[in-house]
Amino acid sequence: MKIYVPMDSAAKALGADAVAEAIRDEAEARGITAQIVRNGTRGMVWLEPLVEVETPEGRMAWGPMTPADAHRLFDAAEDDPKALGLTEELEWMRRQTRLTFARCGVIDPLSLEEYEAHGGLKGLRRALAMKGEEIVDEVKYSGLRGRGGAGFPTGIKWDTVRLAHADRKYIVCNADEGDSGTFADRMIMEGDPFSLIEGMAIAGLATGATHGFVYLRSEYPDAIAVMNAAVKIARDAGVLGGDVLGSGRAFDMEIRVGAGAYVCGEETSLLNSLEGKRGVVRAKPPLPALEGAFGKPTVVNNVISLATVPVIFEHGAQYYADFGLGRSKGTIPVQIAGNVARGGLFETAFGMPLGELVDDIAGGTATGRPVKAVQIGGPLGAYFPRSKFDTPFGYEEFDGQGGLIGHAGLVVFDDSADMLGMARFAMEFCAVESCGKCTPCRIGAVRGVETIDRIARGDADAAGLLTDLCETMKDGSLCALGGFTPYPVMSALTHFPDDFATSKEAAE
Amino acid sequence: MRHDLPQPSVDDIQALIDGQLHLEGPLLPILHAIQEEFGHVPEAAIPLVAESLNLTRAEVHGVMSFYHDFREVPAGRHVVRICRAEACQSMGANVLAEETLAKLGLEWHGTTANGAVTIEPVYCLGLCACAPAAMVDGRVVGRVDAAKMDEIIAEAGA
Repeated sequence: MKIYVPMDSAAKALGADAVAEAIRDEAEARGITAQIVRNGTRGMVWLEPLVEVETPEGRMAWGPMTPADAHRLFDAAEDDPKALGLTEELEWMRRQTRLTFARCGVIDPLSLEEYEAHGGLKGLRRALAMKGEEIVDEVKYSGLRGRGGAGFPTGIKWDTVRLAHADRKYIVCNADEGDSGTFADRMIMEGDPFSLIEGMAIAGLATGATHGFVYLRSEYPDAIAVMNAAVKIARDAGVLGGDVLGSGRAFDMEIRVGAGAYVCGEETSLLNSLEGKRGVVRAKPPLPALEGAFGKPTVVNNVISLATVPVIFEHGAQYYADFGLGRSKGTIPVQIAGNVARGGLFETAFGMPLGELVDDIAGGTATGRPVKAVQIGGPLGAYFPRSKFDTPFGYEEFDGQGGLIGHAGLVVFDDSADMLGMARFAMEFCAVESCGKCTPCRIGAVRGVETIDRIARGDADAAGLLTDLCETMKDGSLCALGGFTPYPVMSALTHFPDDFATSKEAAE
Repeated sequence: MRHDLPQPSVDDIQALIDGQLHLEGPLLPILHAIQEEFGHVPEAAIPLVAESLNLTRAEVHGVMSFYHDFREVPAGRHVVRICRAEACQSMGANVLAEETLAKLGLEWHGTTANGAVTIEPVYCLGLCACAPAAMVDGRVVGRVDAAKMDEIIAEAGA
């Protein structure tokens, strides 16, 4: 009997380890030989711990499981309420287009054999037969854009590094996923780490870089452990090292752990941190593609961008580019979080309207109260009211509505949310996490908190001052921390004026 | 001050530094290694690190103080980190945190008088779909309500 119990942190946080133990005990008590595989998560966090049992018909899902439910898997009563049916037939699974996350939750994350059996390394083998320029062109044709939030075309970034002359070049993976509401990077690193390794190796072949770093935040100890183990396995198997898959080409990589600074998710700050400096933002130019890590040409890409590269090389650029909407090509792993009935990761082609994701896929709020606002793209993303729910999920589409998709995390709030409080939190967060290099961010965020407090006390003039301050921060900050904090603040002020007015009246 | 952790000697610290010197940009890995061993980065380590990397002590201190993770003094025997980010707030993290701190009579970063528990804020554990979230030492916990937090605190011995 083969049983899958996820080892993803979200599953663990909901008790997966205890469930795995209870299943092992139950099997032993019944004299059944059970092979328990610790897989990644399928992304249905509201059903975690989601246990799967392999059957001739396919994998049957059970969840959400508790240790006391272990007997159910063996009794397999026909009308068991925890028996969900075939995993692949669940609505959440059927409605997705899983390209980047195709293997996540399916395979044992640290089995290179299973990785290969599910299409892994095909892309790298294909890339090994191509010239650097051809690899870059393939990425350009796929239309892949930076999934970290900026949406810059990945192929163009790679080309800049490829054409730069230097004795050393680097591939740096930005795994400093600090945005609230996002966990796609964590999920893929814990559930399919070899896809990231393969993507980084392909980036190395394309640009002539022979060394890679994954800058991984310290808040993700499980992901750090899985990635370290996966790099070692890949190196031992000859996927990484001086002779990648016997090609004579070299690429190796290591995992570096961050130290709790949100701003290090910004690429130049990340590079400083990697070099062992304070994580202070650097002015651009020079671009990291020309002078990046240790002053050498460097590709800095998000985890999901890099983990998607093998898919593009396995199926071809056209296959990938055929999904999506306008200039947003391919798929996006939407992370549905916060106050939702069904939270988790839902990978879909660009273009699904926001409202469909929130009301239909997520099933509204967990509390059952009406949805008031959705913050899209992390702490620097705008709060969207219901009136913007028809916005299709795409880079330009969200930009046109005064927002950004960022790393594609949705945080849903019910009608009890205090939007003035959320705006204040955005400024407070910016003040705490500012690297201190530029004045609009360092000083502006502190003044922002004070100004919002004035509004809360009923000061009628303060709203205009806040708007003015936000414009200064937006135009004058060096990076997205100070530059984008105005998104949550101004969207809260613009779309939820009552929350700002009510406090005024209360004060009067 | 905790006394159950090994007291750092110059040789111990230097060995940890030397173990990371082969890396490019070794400062953060060195600070992590020291903190993992001693639960904090002792003041005695700063000149040793500076000397090994040909930096000034001020530069090492500047790096150390920039990052939230590095401690100048050890934490309690257990560290409970409560997520304060937006997704957790949407599920009541603010009330959970306030009540927890009030119950223990602590401010953020504070340690209970018996040295058992330090409460820290954290901005996102990537558990946003099972909020509110917390981390007890290295162990993640999702959908933390008041009862679950009481259990965590009791287990930690506060």
